[in-house]
Amino acid sequence: MTTITPYRSTARAGRDGFGQLLHAEWTKFRTVRGWVIGMIVAVLVTAGLGALLAKAASPQCEAQTGSGQQHAVACGQPDYTVGPGGVLVNDAFNFVRQPLAGNGSITVQVSSLTSAGGGPIGSQPLVVPWSKAGIIISGGTSPGSAYAAMMVTGGNGARMQWNYTGDTAGLPGAVSAVSPRWLRLTRDGDTLTGYDSADGRHWTRVAAVTLAGLPSTVQAGLFVTSPVYSTYSSSSIGSGSGTSTPTKATAAFDQVSRTGRWPAGRWAADYVGAEGSGVASGIGGYHEVDGRFTVTGSGDIAPLIAGALNDGPNITVRDYLLGLFVGLIAMAVIAAMFMTAEYRRGLIRITLAASPHRLRVLAAKAIVIGAAAFVVGLSSAAGAVLIGTRIAHSAGVDLFPEPWPTELRIIVGMAALFAVAAVFTLAIATIVRRSAAAIIIVIVTLVIPFVLSAPPGIPAGLTDWLLRVTPAAAFALQQPAPRYYQVAAHYSTGSGYFPLAPWAGFAVLCGWAAVALVLAAYLLRRRDT
Amino acid sequence: MSQTAVAADGWPFADALHAEWTKLRTLASTGWLLLGLVALTIAVSAAADAAASCPAGGCQADPAKLSLTGVQVGQAIVVVIAVLAISNEYSTGMIRVTLAAMPRRLTVLAAKAALVVGLVLAAAAVAVLACVLLGRLILPGHGLTLAHGYRALSLGDGAVLRAACGSVLYLGLVALLSLGVAAAVREAAVAIGFVLGLLYVFPILASVASNPHWQRHLEQIGPMTAGLYIQVTLGVKTLPLTPWQGLGVLAAWAFSALLLGALALRLRDA
Repeated sequence: MTTITPYRSTARAGRDGFGQLLHAEWTKFRTVRGWVIGMIVAVLVTAGLGALLAKAASPQCEAQTGSGQQHAVACGQPDYTVGPGGVLVNDAFNFVRQPLAGNGSITVQVSSLTSAGGGPIGSQPLVVPWSKAGIIISGGTSPGSAYAAMMVTGGNGARMQWNYTGDTAGLPGAVSAVSPRWLRLTRDGDTLTGYDSADGRHWTRVAAVTLAGLPSTVQAGLFVTSPVYSTYSSSSIGSGSGTSTPTKATAAFDQVSRTGRWPAGRWAADYVGAEGSGVASGIGGYHEVDGRFTVTGSGDIAPLIAGALNDGPNITVRDYLLGLFVGLIAMAVIAAMFMTAEYRRGLIRITLAASPHRLRVLAAKAIVIGAAAFVVGLSSAAGAVLIGTRIAHSAGVDLFPEPWPTELRIIVGMAALFAVAAVFTLAIATIVRRSAAAIIIVIVTLVIPFVLSAPPGIPAGLTDWLLRVTPAAAFALQQPAPRYYQVAAHYSTGSGYFPLAPWAGFAVLCGWAAVALVLAAYLLRRRDT
Repeated sequence: MSQTAVAADGWPFADALHAEWTKLRTLASTGWLLLGLVALTIAVSAAADAAASCPAGGCQADPAKLSLTGVQVGQAIVVVIAVLAISNEYSTGMIRVTLAAMPRRLTVLAAKAALVVGLVLAAAAVAVLACVLLGRLILPGHGLTLAHGYRALSLGDGAVLRAACGSVLYLGLVALLSLGVAAAVREAAVAIGFVLGLLYVFPILASVASNPHWQRHLEQIGPMTAGLYIQVTLGVKTLPLTPWQGLGVLAAWAFSALLLGALALRLRDA
């Protein structure tokens, strides 16, 4: 008897793991020379546009030379006050103060706060929602010092604010003689705690904050300030124009009581930041009659807001990222063709014969194109921001400073936007199977709403609506500075303030991409190739 | 036979036109895209009209430009129509049949251009008329009234008539630009992406140019920014170019692209 051994090939059996599929798709992607060149060109063009935008946004100032000839020079940067953490701030208020050594507290009753503005300051009574009067503990009297304050406001109730950007609401309602507010601020080391009360007996803690590096002796006392009153005309069309007038507020304080080590004698009155813009002139000092203080102030204790018509610098790194949509179009074209090329050449039948799990093919393609787009987005955004910032600094441009987490969010956010947009395009291309149709759907929903939001001439109401519901909402990731609830300013899309919060806008794009992917997966499984 | 004889004797351009017309007319997508062009242009214009407001303090709105806002979005569809007229032939291999039947390549391109531009002009005329009519009906309800110094939009007004006719021509020139680019790059997605990138990049660049010198130059050379000067009816004197010069800039872009496309078609293998 002989045993017959059946023939077995010595070649290793092919594996159809997801890793192999990913590798196959990556090979298909990287070996199309046009796509690789297209991606490199997209990065170069976007970074180049960043440089061009930085050049175009550099204002030219003219100076006279000795011989009387005019020549262009870099414009001098205005002096901005820098608060804790590098934030540009407004810091102007009437400060009735005494030094407080070590720990202690101050309590006060505020029974009135009125504002006035208009032509000659003080001629018209006015409700200024963010006029402020209350008690403040500050590291010093120079503008930009660390502080915490308890205050009543013209239209936003009692609040505790600290270090320019912090803001917590306390008791609602305006103050008057019949409904005054009691405010208390205590210092314990670096911790400052604010309380408010409607009757002087029952107290509510509003917030406790830690101010790092507060000196042992702080300046504490009463303060009053009132921001500029702005109206924006021109019909919400385009960038529009605005008028701003300084206002002043007057507040009455009573029942001042203190604990801790305070000097005896009169209170000193200092005007912090009196030379700042937006401060009404000719005010200062205070009146005291039987422990009742009347203080008038003008200005604001708040962060500066970027953008045209606002008080901060109107150029932000977002301006250098506007060219990014060109790179995005290029990436979308590649993503669409990554799928439609399979149908056009009949390659899809080979692909699906080799890997019959159709959803795995879609997933592998999405991962490959998403990763490639992430890299393109990251290098484009980083290039545009770095080159733009460098040009801005060398040209002496008044550029809004970004804290590094914001800059990182903008750059990584653009990379994420590219990645998800590429997956969205791939899904649309799978659904419609035609590159022309896919690319136009993506451009109309993702790029055009963003483009329309930039140039003047389109009513803001229309673009704001588009930037909420279309995939273009993800461009909110470019927002260069937060909206501050406690600062009334012109937060327009043109200046980089999008209708949605950065990651909320990104979530809208992710939602669209998810819906498109699900539909693409369903159709890919159901349809013949 | 007699039929063959008739075809051979015909005027070559008329035959090419007839052949292209048959190809274009029998595609379902052509009709839908033209309909989409009209609908999108009107819808965006109406939305812009409805979003306008003019408070008591007065405003700087340009009613003609505002009511023709849809052209800025509708042009995307024009690009698709024009690009597909050429790219479709390449993606299906039809171009080889076309060029075998009509070896004069430039005649083919001219016939395609004449037909596509004709169709786009016709659809654009319908859309623009509707936009002007909607602007006339909607804008007075949003504060753009005689009290604020605005007369109702009317084609009897010379500037408005120029803006309306110019917008139609603008869309026709965008079609020519797209045809030229499509003939040069062939692939539909690339051509569409390139043309729309070229159109939209200049307004974006100009919008942040705080340097007026740069802003003027960017607006002057951009096909979309310069071309849309034709829609401006208020403050025409402050424009860097006159409206017709602006349209001329777009025409220069369009004919350069067409020349490039013609060269590519003539010199390359299909």
